[in-house]
Amino acid sequence: MVGTAAESLLQLRGVSKSYGGVAALSQVDFTAKASSIHAVLGENGAGKSTLIKVVAGVVQPDAGVMTFDGRAVQFASPQDANAVGIVSVFQELSVMPDLSVADNISITAPPRRFGLIDKRAQQRRAEELLARVGCDDVDPRERVGDLPLSRRQMVEIAKALGRDPKLLILDEGTSALTAADVERVYEILHRLRDEGLALLYISHRMHEIKELADTISVLRNGRHVRTFPTGACTDDEVVQLMIGREIINVYPPKAQRAAPPRPRLEVTSLGWTDRLSDISFSVGEGEIVGLGGLDGQGQRELLLALFGVLRNVKGAVAIDGKTRRISSPVAATRASNRIALIPEDRKTEGLMLPMSIGDNISLSSLGRVTRGFVIDRGAEAANIQAMVEKLKIRIGKVDDPVATLSGGNQQKVVIAKWLLTDARIMLLNDPTRGIDVGTKEEIYRLLRSLADAGTSILLYSTDYDELIGCCDRVLILYSGRIVRELVGPAITETAIVASAFNLPIEPHAAAGARRG
Amino acid sequence: MKGLRLLVSRNVGALLALALFLALYVFYSALHPKGFTVDLFVQNSNEALTLMLLGMAQTLPVLLGGIDLSVGSLMTLVDSVASEVVRGSPWQIALGIALCLATGLLGGLVNGLVVVLGRLQPIVVTLATGAIYSGLALFIRPTPGGEVDGNLGWVATNALSEMPATFGWWNGSPPAWFNLIAGIPMPIVILVVVVVVFWLPYRNSETGRAAYAVGSNESAAYMSGVRVNRAKLAAYVMGGLFSGFAGLYFAVQTGSGNADPIQAGTYTLNSIAAVVIGGTSMLGGSGGAIGTIFGVAVLRAITFCFRVVDTNSPLGFLANPLLQPMFEGVILLIAVSVGAARIFRMKNRLDMYR
Repeated sequence: MVGTAAESLLQLRGVSKSYGGVAALSQVDFTAKASSIHAVLGENGAGKSTLIKVVAGVVQPDAGVMTFDGRAVQFASPQDANAVGIVSVFQELSVMPDLSVADNISITAPPRRFGLIDKRAQQRRAEELLARVGCDDVDPRERVGDLPLSRRQMVEIAKALGRDPKLLILDEGTSALTAADVERVYEILHRLRDEGLALLYISHRMHEIKELADTISVLRNGRHVRTFPTGACTDDEVVQLMIGREIINVYPPKAQRAAPPRPRLEVTSLGWTDRLSDISFSVGEGEIVGLGGLDGQGQRELLLALFGVLRNVKGAVAIDGKTRRISSPVAATRASNRIALIPEDRKTEGLMLPMSIGDNISLSSLGRVTRGFVIDRGAEAANIQAMVEKLKIRIGKVDDPVATLSGGNQQKVVIAKWLLTDARIMLLNDPTRGIDVGTKEEIYRLLRSLADAGTSILLYSTDYDELIGCCDRVLILYSGRIVRELVGPAITETAIVASAFNLPIEPHAAAGARRG
Repeated sequence: MKGLRLLVSRNVGALLALALFLALYVFYSALHPKGFTVDLFVQNSNEALTLMLLGMAQTLPVLLGGIDLSVGSLMTLVDSVASEVVRGSPWQIALGIALCLATGLLGGLVNGLVVVLGRLQPIVVTLATGAIYSGLALFIRPTPGGEVDGNLGWVATNALSEMPATFGWWNGSPPAWFNLIAGIPMPIVILVVVVVVFWLPYRNSETGRAAYAVGSNESAAYMSGVRVNRAKLAAYVMGGLFSGFAGLYFAVQTGSGNADPIQAGTYTLNSIAAVVIGGTSMLGGSGGAIGTIFGVAVLRAITFCFRVVDTNSPLGFLANPLLQPMFEGVILLIAVSVGAARIFRMKNRLDMYR
């Protein structure tokens, strides 16, 4: 779909970009109109991020032309893009933690008096912008580093609005938000659209895109596949466009059990500060148990507590019937416990980004390939190779820095690292966040095959579909407590949503809403 | 009230340094025969000003998340230049001072350009440029000596009251308002002028803010459209200027030049210690030059205290001047520990690494 010059704000013609001979974008034509929310969809490595980075001035295209607001533009840096009215909110939070909220919001072009920064005007400006995004509760003088993640992201959005954008780019801009904030952001984005802005939106949450976007563009392998109005294609068709092959069933079949499995992990009355209280549950051998509920209800803390990261955790944890005290990640990974945690943020907690792919994969299991004091390089290399093949990690050489991989492949590296430790209990913290559909599917298969081999899995996910499709049981947390346990066919979207808000489940909905 | 709480929590390092300095200095003044007199205060502020200016120079690269190992050498270079040019007619002196400050600026600019354009680690770059500045200083002044205008030296190192007397203002009978401020030591006046004219405007400019942003999270700053390279360059140039002030004052105070590289090294290390004691994070992004000034005050007050404690008293062995570096080291360790004390409040061990 090609818009006329009058209505199209941003236009790309034949834009290409390669990294070291690998084409990230090839001959992409793309048009975004004013007064619209335009979602960009695609698998990992499809070129979404590169496209966004080209538009935002972060990378320079090798070929092609870009026009914005009727004029040909070339950006050498993000400042250049800002200057014409293109502003981005990136997936990785781009706030400065040591600076105050007001400083962050006015980091470029602050209000001035006598050439110096006018602190009062700056504070008023911050208050206005925070009010505009519905965050009046944030004090502009507060250090951003002291705010919770979801507030930080709202500060980020306020900061973007402060630059009077004509085109606002949101790259996974809602991934750290709580449900209430997401509602607010939807409202703001719709209002901005009505004010005449163009919004480019990247998200992996289908329901978000359906609710938000007017237009959807699909990219595949660095090429533009199709642009269409939202609703013109069904979910299945969209998925087809993205992956270019047919997915029969995203989720592998669940285990059929006659009797409940033998309990592997038993947690009794676990509590931590005011974030977790009286948590009791068990995970059986070969069972996948989901943690659900609204974001920020203590799910992350529960996983961290089980992995020994938190201090002063109350209650008891037993593994295979024996009480264990897990006081650190080192203790958690010990041969007697064999717990693994796939963390929330693979870039900061999961990977040593400058280290090689191979070093990252073997890091946690070096003890198993050490002879005396020396690492047996041959055994290590064999382990790494086995994992690369098993998880189908798409890499050049195992010696390349892990930072060169795409998000989905990086997550596979994190999982590979923990598979090599032969973990009996796997804790996963939102492992498919920011990952493409194809890799997600591979991860679901892998989890099920691990469970079938006897591993106990505790999976926290912010995606309801995932909980429904993957889990044998789902525990819903609310305000640091388990408020409901859903088993088998009772795991439905209605039941999860109702429980997440701590509402009773309608009996007919519980019985009838089982999804195909 | 909340504003006050935030203000205190953001400046806790500087405030602790100030409190420690006041405690040490009151202790010292109480034992000193000339304690609490203008004379003593003038003398002490003279001993502190050079390092205070140099500490301000060190603060800027540290705020960026780096370090500058060349500040002492650059100070020595400016000191050597000053011993050749700051004398003669008033115009010659003014030109000489300008030349000294320009030397400092240029040294900072070179540091900044190499760090920014070469994308190199500041610790290595300044190790090298520091050696170059030391070499140049020795070339200009192979042996200690030279001369700096005596009147300037006298005025700069005494109380404000000496200024009209030296330059013959008001025919020896200054107006009443001047008598109110006559007792303020000139080094304090110089410090306040440098802070008010250079540091505070910088701190409240977009470029200064950008330096804090870069130190806090460089990639976020870049993605926010902050001019990262300009901010870094400006910070090094400002640092060079402060080194220039330090070298100039050092020459004016001693009336001569000395290119001793060992002295340069000692000054550099003390400047780093002062920055840390003053509450600036070595990781960058928080702190400031005012805190560093208090940090230097603490270091100097320790030195002063060693002069007044009776070595024959039961604890006299502690007053052995040879133990002074040890006490400075202990204070430095305590300062670092105060910065790290937050980990005891952490319930989530992951926060330790953030």
